[in-house]
Parts: sequence; C-alpha cells; structure tokens
Amino acid sequence: MRSKSSAEFRRRIALHAALFPLALIWLFPLWMMFVFSTMPENGIFSRDIVLTPSDQFFGNFNLLESDTGFIRATTISILVAAAYTFLSVALTSMAGWSLACYRFAGKGVVLATILGTLTLPYFVVVIPQFIMVARDFGLHNTLFALIVPPLFNSLGVLFMRQTFSMMPHELFDAARVEGVKEWRIFLFIGLPLARPALAALSIILFLHSWNNYLWPLLINSKPAMMTAPVALGSLIGLTKVSWGGIMTGAVMLTAPMLVLFVALQRHFVAGISAGAVK
Amino acid sequence: MRLRTRTAYAFLTPYLLVFLAFWIWPIVNSFWLSFLNTRSANWTFNPRMTWGRLLVDPAFANALWNTLLILVIQVPVMIALATVLAVLLDSPILKARGLFRFAFFAPVVVGEVAYAAMFRLLFNEFGIINKMIAAAGLTTIPWLSDPNAAMAVIIIALTWRWAGYNAIIILAGLQSIPEDVYEAATLDGVSKIRQFFYITLPLLKPVILLCVVISVIGTMQLFSEPFLITNRGGPGQATETLGLFLYRQGFGAFNFGYASAIAYTIAALAVAISLLNLWLGRERE
Repeated sequence: MRSKSSAEFRRRIALHAALFPLALIWLFPLWMMFVFSTMPENGIFSRDIVLTPSDQFFGNFNLLESDTGFIRATTISILVAAAYTFLSVALTSMAGWSLACYRFAGKGVVLATILGTLTLPYFVVVIPQFIMVARDFGLHNTLFALIVPPLFNSLGVLFMRQTFSMMPHELFDAARVEGVKEWRIFLFIGLPLARPALAALSIILFLHSWNNYLWPLLINSKPAMMTAPVALGSLIGLTKVSWGGIMTGAVMLTAPMLVLFVALQRHFVAGISAGAVK
Repeated sequence: MRLRTRTAYAFLTPYLLVFLAFWIWPIVNSFWLSFLNTRSANWTFNPRMTWGRLLVDPAFANALWNTLLILVIQVPVMIALATVLAVLLDSPILKARGLFRFAFFAPVVVGEVAYAAMFRLLFNEFGIINKMIAAAGLTTIPWLSDPNAAMAVIIIALTWRWAGYNAIIILAGLQSIPEDVYEAATLDGVSKIRQFFYITLPLLKPVILLCVVISVIGTMQLFSEPFLITNRGGPGQATETLGLFLYRQGFGAFNFGYASAIAYTIAALAVAISLLNLWLGRERE
C-alpha cells in the first residue's frame, strides 16, 4: 500500500506544480491593473519594476474624470445594463414560455429561424442596424439606441424554452382546470420555478451589456451619451492622457464584476455552460 | 402541450418584433446593401463596386490572412489549454480549488476595453514585460511596433481572456461523464494519462467542438483587440482583422455597400468553418 500512497502523493505534487505557476501568470494582468491604478504617472514608466500598490488611486481617478466624464458615463452604463437586463429577461422568458408550452401554427418556422441565426456573427447586422437606427429613425445618441437594438437574444430564448420544457406540465394543467388565466400561470407558477435559470440569465445579460463596446461606440458619439467602456476606450491611444487614470477606469469597470463573480460563481458558470450539456 | 395559438402569439410577439426588426430584417437588408454602390449620392445597383472590389482588394486579402492566422494558431492552442485546465481543475486531489478557479475564470468577466488597455500597457515598449525581460538580461522586444510581435500580443491577450471561458464549458462536459467509467479503467490498471486520451477526450469531443465553433465565430469578428491594443490594427496593417477591416470601411469611410459585402463574407466563412469542423468531428461509423 505504501507505493500506492507515495504515487498518489507524487501526482498531487505534480498537479499543483503545474497549476500554480500558470495561475500566477493568469492573475498577473489583473493584479497589475490594480497596481497601475494606484501608481503615479512617473512610476508606471520608471526604470524599476514595482509589483506592489502605491496610494495614488484617487488622484488617478480625478485625472480620469477630467479626461472624460467617467462618473456620468458609468451612470449611463448602469442605467442601460439594468434596463437591458430587465427587458431582455422579460422578452426571452415570455418567448421561451410560448415555445415550450403551446402548439401553434408557425412554431416550427420560428424555432428554426432562431436556431438558424445562432451561427451568424453579429457583424452581419451591425451596418443595417446602424443605418436604420441612426439614419432612418435619427435615434443615435439616445438611451433607446443603447437598450433596444441589442435585445434580440436567441440564446436566451432557447435557454428559457429548455427551462420551461423541463418543468412538470401537470402543474400548469392543474391550474388551467381551476380556471387560472394563462398569463397568471406564467407569472405565478412558471417564473418562480425558473428562478435559478432567471438568475443565471440575468447575470450573463448584465455582464454583456456592461462590457458591450462596439454598438455603443458606433451609435452614440456624443460625449454626454457615452457608456463607460466607450469613454475609457476613447482615451486609449491618445498622447496627452494619464495611463494611471485609464487603469483606474479599468479597475472600476472590472472590480464590481469580479465581486459579483465571486458572490454568484454558480450562476455565472451555469449561464456560460448552459449550451454545453445537451 | 395545447393548441392555443392566440395565447402563444401574445407571449411571443414582443420578442418576435425585436427579433424581426433588429436581426432578421438587417440580415436581409445587409445582403441587398452588398450589391449597392453607396459611394454615390443615390445608391445604385453596382456589385462591381462591392463584390468585385473584394476579390482584388489587397487590404481584404491582408485582413483575411491575419484572421486565418489567428484562427489556426490561437484557437487550437487555447482549446488544448482549456481542456487541460478543465481536467486539472476537476481533479479530486486538488487543494485550494476556489482560488485556482478564480485565477482562470476571472478573465471571463473582464470587459474588452479594460483588458485591452491592460495588455497595451503591459506590452508597452517601456512597460513591465520589457522591464522583466531586461532584468533577466535578455534583449527587450518592441512588442507593439514589430508586426510579428504585435500579432503575438493579440494571440496572448485572446488566450488569457478566453481560455477560462472555454474551460468552464469543457468542465461542464467533464462533470456529465459518469464516474464508473474511470473506476473500471483504474481497476484494469490503465494509467491516468491513457485514461485521458482514450476515455476523456473521446467523450468530450462534442463539447470541444462546441468550443471550436464558438471560437471560430468570435475570431471571425475580432475587433476590439486589434482596434485598441495594437492601435487600429498596427503597426501598419499587420494586425488588421476582418472585423476591424469592416469597421474601417463601414464606419471610417462610411462605405456601407462594401462593408456589407465584407460582413457577408465574414458570416459565410464563420458558417463554412463551423460546418467543416462539425464534419471533421463527426462520429466515424
């Protein structure tokens, strides 16, 4: 038995010896993001290697705020992400419920179309979307343009449809026998049962909206209507700009999501791997 | 399941309106646009200005080459790494599991702009990476001004950002493999390494294929990394990808017709490469 346990011990050492340096490399950029956000400008490009934080975070943040109105941009980002998440969850869960619980003419076509668009890159629609929203409707630089066009979330619909399909439909039928209206069955039986799925979906949608870059960059060009990623991105590459400030912005965009991730890791993982196990 | 057409449509309509207006209609419209010359005052049918130009445009060939280069190098390396990570993180003898998971999964929540800014600073000519290289007594590399090094930075950044994401998906696949398959193999004295190659990998194939397809679609529309890290696909156009090329034509030059032809090419490539992978990965009878 001794040989078995020593082999076991060697395997354990090898596993940790392989993972530990990799994990350090992986954490390094995030750690440095935090370190740079606290360093004075002359410290970032000085000759010596500094791996520990200094005390310039708030000074750097003031530089960022004067380079671009970051507080206002963050407020817009929070508003947009909250409204987008709420609307998207409402639309996708209603559509998922419809596709899971009823038979109706045209259902096959709707499902096939939603499935068919899954492999299409978003870039196919971005130009006509831009023309439609900006030129035809003149809705660029509005909150509407940031919230509504990205709502077409096929994966969300399929995810909710699967969630509702796996529920015991006898429950819903029993309620129908009692004469409960369909929308009440959906609201008071279906949705509460779908709580874990709704949590996973909400988190992933919020994250997407919070980090979304291309569409907000295109459609809202007025500084007053920029989201936080667009405001931050507009500084990258400028010559007279504070890198310490940019890093405080990066930390402010990343830190809340990391906290959410640690607190709700299960839901994140569920949302990301939803399509994996079928 | 009951036939209630009116109720079903009532639930479906709000989503369907958005889906048709902002997804289906633009797809159709994009196709039509790709045949129009949008450089003239009134847009006229002239595919020679779009599809014709695409065939002979050296900038398109360059963007296609760069994109395929990233596809061929970065995607296999990342998926292999993600598979190994998933297997190691799933190991029952792993200590401090939460910490390791945090290290590899954290990049999933980092936004494009934040991580692009980060990598641009790390690989700055006078940045921390070069300082470390110099401290080790080696020659520093002008990361962002050398074409090959700039491409390497893009590949490193993408791998850092997406390896954990794919590991999460593969991990979910791993956890759906029944435990007793391995128990039988262990009793028969099959080594862990052989178990990985002869049991784990074949069973993971569908999940790995899913990761490949997701990565292909993502690579085909790479935009933020070359836009922000290598400053608009620099040096020169050494890291210009198809996604960035489309942005430059559509929103730099406002040549919507040409950009639509590029968009359709991106979509066709994404679908074709995904199908090719599914065909290569099909179960051999």
